Formats: sequence, C-alpha cells, structure tokens
Amino acid sequence: MIGAGILKGMAVTARNFVGSYFDKERLTTVQYPEERDPLPENYRNFPFLPYDGDDPHAGLRCVACKICEKECPPQCIYIVKSDDKKPDYMGKPQFYPKVFDIDISVCMSCQICVEVCPFEAIKMDKDFELSKRERFDSLLLRKEQLSRSNEYYHKIHPLEADAVDKNLADAAAAAEAKKKAAAEASAKAAAAKAAAAKTSAAGDPATVPVKPAASPTATAKGEPPTATSSAANGSSSAPGSSES
Amino acid sequence: MSAAVETIEAMERPPVTMASRLEGELMEVSMGPQHPSTHGVFRMNVALDGEIVRKLKPVFGYLHRNHEKIGESTSYLGSMPYTDRLDYFCSMTNNWAYALSVEKLASIEVPERAQYLRVILAELTRLQNHASLLGFLLNDMGAWGTPLMYAFREREKILDLFESLSGSRMMCDYMRFGGCRCDMPPGWMEQATRIVDRFPRFIDELEQLVVANEVVIGRTQNVGVLSPELAINAGITGPMLRACGVNYDLRKVDGYGFYPRFKFRIPLGEHGDTYDRLMLRVLEMSESLSILQQAFAEIQPGPIMNPKVKVRAFRPPIGETYGRIEGPKGELGFYLISDGSPNPYRYRVRPPSFINLTILEDLCLGHTVADVMVILGSIDIVMGEVDR
Repeated sequence: MIGAGILKGMAVTARNFVGSYFDKERLTTVQYPEERDPLPENYRNFPFLPYDGDDPHAGLRCVACKICEKECPPQCIYIVKSDDKKPDYMGKPQFYPKVFDIDISVCMSCQICVEVCPFEAIKMDKDFELSKRERFDSLLLRKEQLSRSNEYYHKIHPLEADAVDKNLADAAAAAEAKKKAAAEASAKAAAAKAAAAKTSAAGDPATVPVKPAASPTATAKGEPPTATSSAANGSSSAPGSSES
Repeated sequence: MSAAVETIEAMERPPVTMASRLEGELMEVSMGPQHPSTHGVFRMNVALDGEIVRKLKPVFGYLHRNHEKIGESTSYLGSMPYTDRLDYFCSMTNNWAYALSVEKLASIEVPERAQYLRVILAELTRLQNHASLLGFLLNDMGAWGTPLMYAFREREKILDLFESLSGSRMMCDYMRFGGCRCDMPPGWMEQATRIVDRFPRFIDELEQLVVANEVVIGRTQNVGVLSPELAINAGITGPMLRACGVNYDLRKVDGYGFYPRFKFRIPLGEHGDTYDRLMLRVLEMSESLSILQQAFAEIQPGPIMNPKVKVRAFRPPIGETYGRIEGPKGELGFYLISDGSPNPYRYRVRPPSFINLTILEDLCLGHTVADVMVILGSIDIVMGEVDR
C-alpha cells in the first residue's frame, strides 16, 4: 500500500512527541539561564594563572620563562619578564611576569600552554560567560584578571588540582632533600678535609680558609626551604619567611 | 544571472507558454554561498534548462583559512588544535590522522590502551557524523527539522562523552604524538557503554522513519548515480565509494591502529545512487557499534602516553611521510615533509570531502535543482575541510 511508509514514520514522530512528556531520555533540552547542566571536570575554556596563598603577586607560580608564549599556536599570550626576582614556592628566587596578557578573543582553548608549562603555573578556567559590553580591549585579560587562587582551582578541577598539589609538594620535598643531602655531604667533606688537614698538619694555607666558608653558606641556603616548603604544602604564602 | 532574451519577433508570435519559450536556452543561476542547503559557504554556478541542470560549476574558497601555511609556520604540536577545525564534526579522527602521520614520521610507538581509546573515539565520531549527516540529508529533502533533531539528540550524547574526556565538545584536541592527552575520567566507560547500548534504538527509529518512506525513496533512488569506474578514477573514498560497490576501506586495507584486531564487515552498496549512500551510512553505524562493543570488552588499563616523546621542542628526523586513516567522510591524509626543524617544511592535507565534491557535476547533470541539494547532501561535505 502506498503511503504505509509515511504512516510508519509518522508513528515514530508521534511516539517521540508523546514520549517527551514521560520519558526523561527523550526530553533532553535544558532551560539554560535558569537550569544548568553540571560541567564535567575536564571542561576547559580559557587559561588562568593559579597562585598559592592569599597574595596574587607573591604566590604567583609563573616564572616568566615564556615557553607558553612561544608554544601558543595562535600566539595570544604576551609576557614581559620582571627585572627583579621573588622567591617561588620552593623559596628559590625567580623572575616573575611584569606583564602577562592573554587575548581570549584570539585564544582557541587548546590547552597547549598548560601542557608545556613546567611550573604548573597556567591552568584552564571553566568560566564561559564572558561576554563584554565594551568594544575594544576588555577581552584582553591582564595579569590581575588572570590570577586566581589555588582554592578556586581546587573548586573547578578537584581531581586535577589535587594531583598538581601533590606534584608540587613532591618536587619541593625532593629539592629540599637534595639540598639537605648536598649540605650534609659538603659539611661532611669539609669536616673530613679539615680533619685530614689537622692530622696531616701540613697547613696548606690556600685550602684551609675556603672550607669553613663553604659549609656555612650551604647550611644557610638549606635552611629557608625547610620553612617555605612546609608552608607550600599548607598552600599558604611561601615568600614571607625567606625575604633577604 | 541573465534571463532569456525576449525579442520583439518573439513577442509578436502567437502566445506560447513560458516553458516552450525558454526551451533550448540555458539560464545561469548562482546558488550559494548563502543558500541554506549548501552546508556552509559553498557556491554552485548552475546552467539550467527549465528545471534541469545542464552544467554545474562548484566554487570553493569562501572559508579558506590558510590552514596549510599555518601548519608550516607553527610547531608540530601547534598544528594539532588546528586540525580540529578542518572537519569540525569529526575532530577526533582529524587528530588521529595527524598524530598517525607524525608518529610515522618520527617512528613513535603508541601504547596499547591509547590505541584502543583511539579506535573507540574514532568509531564514536563515525556514529555522530553519520547520524548528523542523515539528519541534514533528510532536512535537505524537506523533512524540516524532525529527523535532524532526533539525530542531534543522539549526537549530543556522544559530544557529552567527548566533553567529559577532552574538555570540549567539538574542538577536542585530544590526541598527541605517542598516545592521548589524558586518561578517561572515572565513570566515562560506563557512560559510553550505556550510550552505545542504547544507540541501536535510534538506528531502528531512523530506519522506521525513513527507509520505507515513499517520499524518501522517490527522492533518492536513481538520483545521482555514481559509476564505480568514475568513482575510482576521480579518487572518491569513504562511504561514497563503497556505495557504488567498491570494497575499499582503509581500516581493512591499511589496518592502521588496532583495527586488524576487530571483527567487522564493510557494508557495500549496489547502485551508487543517493539511496545507497544513505543506507550505507545506516549500516556503517551498526558496524561501528559492534567495533565499539569489542573495544569496550578488550581495553585494558595501562599507560596512554609514550613517555619518550618530548612535549617541548619536538623535532622529528628529516624525511617525508603520508599518514592516512578512514575518516567518516573518506580517506583523510596528512603529507608531511620534515627538514629536522621544529616546524614541518611542507604540511599538506588530503581532505576527503574536497575530493568527493569534485564529481558533483557528473552526479547532478540531468537532474532537477531540487535533486542537486539532495545529491550535495549525500556527498557529506564540511566546508571547513573543503576550503581549509
């Protein structure tokens, strides 16, 4: 019978129409501004710069190495390196970005900056309601707008942020252990050499003054990280303890 | 556009009908680039004899974005997000094709789990591409909205999977040289299995909706018949080629990735008309489902990235390579020449929809204007890939 196929098709549409009142599977639209689907953990939009602690300047992890600027495919990142240094989460003095701009009207959310960053200093944000009324540069985000706290990062990417914190803590602990071992080794070597020098009593004047000078500096260098790395673990501000 | 010239003698002749007056004279019509059925900014200059197409000249280039030149001036990794924008329906397969050619160039091994994950993602991409293509095709035939919305409802579920895996619905940018960027989040596999298990319901529904429908049959059978000889000579690939009965599927021919480990059949058409192209995609979706179920059963935990591959300052050795995969639209290949620097010396894309589009004139001659839209829809083009 001609037309039977059309009727069959109409039955499908009728089933869908009636079903949309009863079957959750068939009713998939969300009334957006009022209702929102939860965003998945991995959702990414535009980059931001996480900082530890409360001070966006002191806690900023970025060291202005400019790798992300170089690797960014649409070249939307602009960085100017600072002239002075500030201590990072391990207490090591590092440069920081004097200017860090991301033009999010150019950014294509590819996450390559996040992947290439060796310092876990740039991460992807989830904020997608970014329309602006101004016509010109309000989509060019400055360092102040890009800096977001680590707590915010934990809120939007809980699993990933935990892993990152663990990595950072591990790196800090490893660096501290290395420093301690180095300090111990140099102290030991110095002590051994001093002992050797004493026992031999040959009194080589060129080497003797160097050794006592070497070990104190090593310990002095080794000390601040113990304070700062524990502070970094607690994600409070790192730098205050090691200002010099 | 130029209408037929009316002469005074013609006016003085006894009254004739419009059709008989235009007989023998061709009318040139420019369809597109803003025509709603041209799937983007695509233009056709057609010469019409009444309703019948006598000549057709496709005009490309309205969406040209300099993709290949950009690929030559950014790093190898930097081209990966741009490949998402080629065929924006199937970013996962684009990623795979590009990753495959770079892996071939630099002889990079890919871990087992990543290979399975790639197969899963490619087949999911095929499902959603074919589903939305069928929706668009029926839309072109005049089934306004309804089948398209059903198709988009299913597609959205797969895009949700992509989003929870890669962070973005369409611009996934997920694969990397030597594996995939991140492992699947907890619960992803269960969600994917559920969606795949319920997908046959959509295929059945679609079949009921269109397969026996007299209007669909009337509009598609014997419309746009492509002969196997022409298809092979013109370099047509993908469902277009298989719809005319040529058994050529790179998943079997090349056996790239882990496809040789899976059991699946290649559906083939007989007549090469639009109806065959439509039905072939329905059959391919069922085969994709069977591949997916096998992959879900076989995938094992393990690393998903080859740890030897450098993320920063990646430099493949000097050489050239051509890597290709069977994308949902046909053979998608990337031809790369490396001179040892961080950027490719030459970066060339072999886009399936561009090459499939070249025979549009041969398919359309002798058909009506309304059929041109249906034929164009059945070729399955995305202008992002045609123009690059």
